[in-house]
Amino acid sequence: MMEVVAIPPFERFYLQYRDEVLGYLRRLLGQRAEDAWQETFLRALRAYPRLEHGRHLRAWVFTIATNVAMDELRPRARDTVSQATNGDGAVAELERDAFRELEHLTGDLPPTERAAVVLRYGYDLPYAAIGAALGSSEDAARAAASSGVRRLRRSFDRHT
Amino acid sequence: MTVTPEIDARFRAAALSEGLVDVRYDVVDSPIGDLLVAETARGLCRISFRPDGEDESLARTFGVRVLRTPLDDVRRELDEYFGQKRTAFDLPIDLRVAPFHETVLRELAHVPYGRTETYGGLARKVGRPNAARAVGTVMHSNPIPIVLPCHRVIGANGSLTGYGGGLHVKRRLLELEGALLPS
Repeated sequence: MMEVVAIPPFERFYLQYRDEVLGYLRRLLGQRAEDAWQETFLRALRAYPRLEHGRHLRAWVFTIATNVAMDELRPRARDTVSQATNGDGAVAELERDAFRELEHLTGDLPPTERAAVVLRYGYDLPYAAIGAALGSSEDAARAAASSGVRRLRRSFDRHT
Repeated sequence: MTVTPEIDARFRAAALSEGLVDVRYDVVDSPIGDLLVAETARGLCRISFRPDGEDESLARTFGVRVLRTPLDDVRRELDEYFGQKRTAFDLPIDLRVAPFHETVLRELAHVPYGRTETYGGLARKVGRPNAARAVGTVMHSNPIPIVLPCHRVIGANGSLTGYGGGLHVKRRLLELEGALLPS
């Protein structure tokens, strides 16, 4: 039987994740992050009594934050989707250090790829959790991240 | 990335105004040390002499949506009490205790400022003259001390007996109210 992890009082959950989630939303949304951050924790608070255990709370709150950010980004993302093309073959995994150098370029990525790249390389979430956050499969999350990385590479090459 | 006090306060206020909070609490300073005070939509539900970890207990009794927010009315009435400008509290109360406890605590609320009552006396008032020991148990687990004045209940021989916040606190409160001469 799986060990039951108690759900902490909301205040503790909030104090533990509020800064990290704000940082994540700033990466995705820039100056619009504050409203999305508040909406994220209000949604978390609404859903909190329905949680069945206290496991995976970090992935859970990132899922909510991603949903809120997607709602923000999607309407203005239509233009960029048509630019999506398949990359040019195998690209090695982007290293964490490389991500730090490239992070400022993620703003040009389509929202799903941006979220996948930032969650994977900026927050080290596993693809299963990213898939859950994006409402897609683990494989789709991996594909979105790698497509995002390819796009970042091209963008990086253009900038240098 | 650090959340600023402004957006933190804005979130807490939004959570309250949307009715998403089961129980809110604050920590207020007082002459007898920091007190955790907590309130539900129905009223004041907890005063604790030991703020650390009390949020877990609040979550078990009132629900997991526990949030820290300013409780200005409670703070003001307590300040007035400790400043000897208030002898009775006007705060609504949310008591979630067993029926016998509730009967005893509601009777306790009628023991006036500056007076004392004995455990046996309180037992007689609730129609259970032999239940002095059980009344002591109720006092010991009083969720809202100070406002429900269990510090006013003492032994038949005049000894202070015991207190959740420590006997020195019980003595201090009775001295504040003029029920005991300062030692």
